[in-house]
Amino acid sequence: MSVTTVEPPAQKPTVRPQRKNRRPKSSGWWMPYALLAPAVMFVLAIQVLPMVIGICMSFIKLTKAFIANWGSAPAAGLANYSITVDFNSAVGKSLLSSFFVTCGFTVLVVGLSWMLGMAAAVVLQKQFWGRGFIRTLFLIPYALPVYAGIIAWKFMFQKDTGAINHFLFDNLHVGGEKPFWLIGDSSFVAMLIVAIWRLWPFAFLMLMAGLQSIPSEVYEASAVDGAKPWRQWRSITLPMLKPVNVVLILVMFLWTFNDFNTPYVLFGNSQPPAGDLIAFHIYNASFLTWNFGLGAAMSVLLLLFLLLVTGIYLIVVNRRSRRA
Amino acid sequence: MHETTGVKVFRVAVITVLAIFTAVPVYVMITSSMKPLRDVQGPFTWWPSEITLAPFVDMWTTVPLASYFINSVMVASAATILSLIIAVFASYAMSRYKFFGRSIFSTTILSTQMFPGVLFLLPLFLIFVNINAATGIQLVGTMGGLIITYLTFSLPFSIWMLAGYFDGIPHELDEAAKVDGCGPVGALVRVVLPAARPGLIAVAIFSFMTSWGEVLFASVMTTEANRTLAVGLQLYSTQSDVYWNQIMAASLVVSIPIVVAFLLLQRNFVAGLTAGGVK
Repeated sequence: MSVTTVEPPAQKPTVRPQRKNRRPKSSGWWMPYALLAPAVMFVLAIQVLPMVIGICMSFIKLTKAFIANWGSAPAAGLANYSITVDFNSAVGKSLLSSFFVTCGFTVLVVGLSWMLGMAAAVVLQKQFWGRGFIRTLFLIPYALPVYAGIIAWKFMFQKDTGAINHFLFDNLHVGGEKPFWLIGDSSFVAMLIVAIWRLWPFAFLMLMAGLQSIPSEVYEASAVDGAKPWRQWRSITLPMLKPVNVVLILVMFLWTFNDFNTPYVLFGNSQPPAGDLIAFHIYNASFLTWNFGLGAAMSVLLLLFLLLVTGIYLIVVNRRSRRA
Repeated sequence: MHETTGVKVFRVAVITVLAIFTAVPVYVMITSSMKPLRDVQGPFTWWPSEITLAPFVDMWTTVPLASYFINSVMVASAATILSLIIAVFASYAMSRYKFFGRSIFSTTILSTQMFPGVLFLLPLFLIFVNINAATGIQLVGTMGGLIITYLTFSLPFSIWMLAGYFDGIPHELDEAAKVDGCGPVGALVRVVLPAARPGLIAVAIFSFMTSWGEVLFASVMTTEANRTLAVGLQLYSTQSDVYWNQIMAASLVVSIPIVVAFLLLQRNFVAGLTAGGVK
């Protein structure tokens, strides 16, 4: 490539290729759109369009009677919403409690998964004998199909035939009655353990990938200056992983808040209130009572909440990085 | 490098705790799959009273596992191939072109991660039913509907990861191919794709795992004819006896191909993540 001499060459290569790509000689302006078309088409047809219809459904009285002929369901205005947010009624009260359960669940699962993933990634950062094996072992829960892992836990949480109670009461000789893990308040703990078991390897994977981009010279230099490991983690690892963490925490938050698989496979048709995550709650509210208008209204509220939290999160994160 | 005792103790503690936490369910799954039925119906034991492979034989007849298995393989493979092709074109556009609507596209595609599945599950179901009524194309109770649904689930992450990967491949490679007479698609297929192989493998594994493990849509969109493993495995517990040993055997069998594939190719996966947004 020839470089024109007038301008500093450092800037040139970054500007030039973009210019060129804007109008490639062999193809027209439509080329990127043609390349994107299939992706746009499928995402519009399978996700965006149904979601818009779903939002419309939240404004009609779509009950069992109209499900075969849903075009003729009467308009409901905001009736579905007012039932949903009337916290004195049974529907509103159970939705609110489900919402709080989900909030607590999400904070604990994302927080603990991130901590475990971070600890494992840092500990495996340096080469040592058996590292590859340990890393492979840690990734197994992520590689297992969702339902297979959860079903194994479901077996372990059985009251009389499960491994957990056997370990606590027969091996460790904890006194008292064996609890039910999948019924009642303990179901929250059971669900929490399963969800963390599934999610932390993902945090580990992402953080491990992120750590690879931190040059080891930085650590060596700081060690020469007398930095202790804790200090190194706080002053080097954490700031340099920030771009990874921003995406990682957001994605884990959205997945966990929308988690349907864990309660569905773990509890099946019994729905303990302590394990009633919001996606599971809405699914049951829609498909057990066949009141889809109400279910759609709940989903729209959920979507608005997630949009709000995501928006605030991104604003806070961006502002902080600008200040720094 | 010298290490303090504190660091070593911390490392051993973290590895031990996490290794036990990770391995116990896997251990229970493996040992229970080799237990006779009386072992899993009585109090739990850490080791089978006798080792038997009967659950691995019986599991095929308790529920029609083989047909669920074939359905899952077909749905996941088709969704993976289609999603990979679509993601390759889209990521190439994202990586190599500046165009109007670029940022709108990337925002929209990432924000689909936010959509609660339950919100578009029923409308999608109704759309499929209406398409069937209008054109005769059957999407509910066949694999087609599941395939096109699943391919959109893995698209956002695939595009994001592949675009990052393509960014790491020098533009000069495409330019050289164009000088040699390739069009943009020719440059993509002949030059960029071979260079992006690790990224493509990573994205393919991710798509396959997404489809293989999806539960919610499978539970609504499948009928007896196209039931996949995600739903099929749960049928063991609706039998009059809960055959936990067979459930564990079946879980093991459906997990092994995907776990082995993932673990063998994990390096590609990490490389793909590093090249993607994780920088």
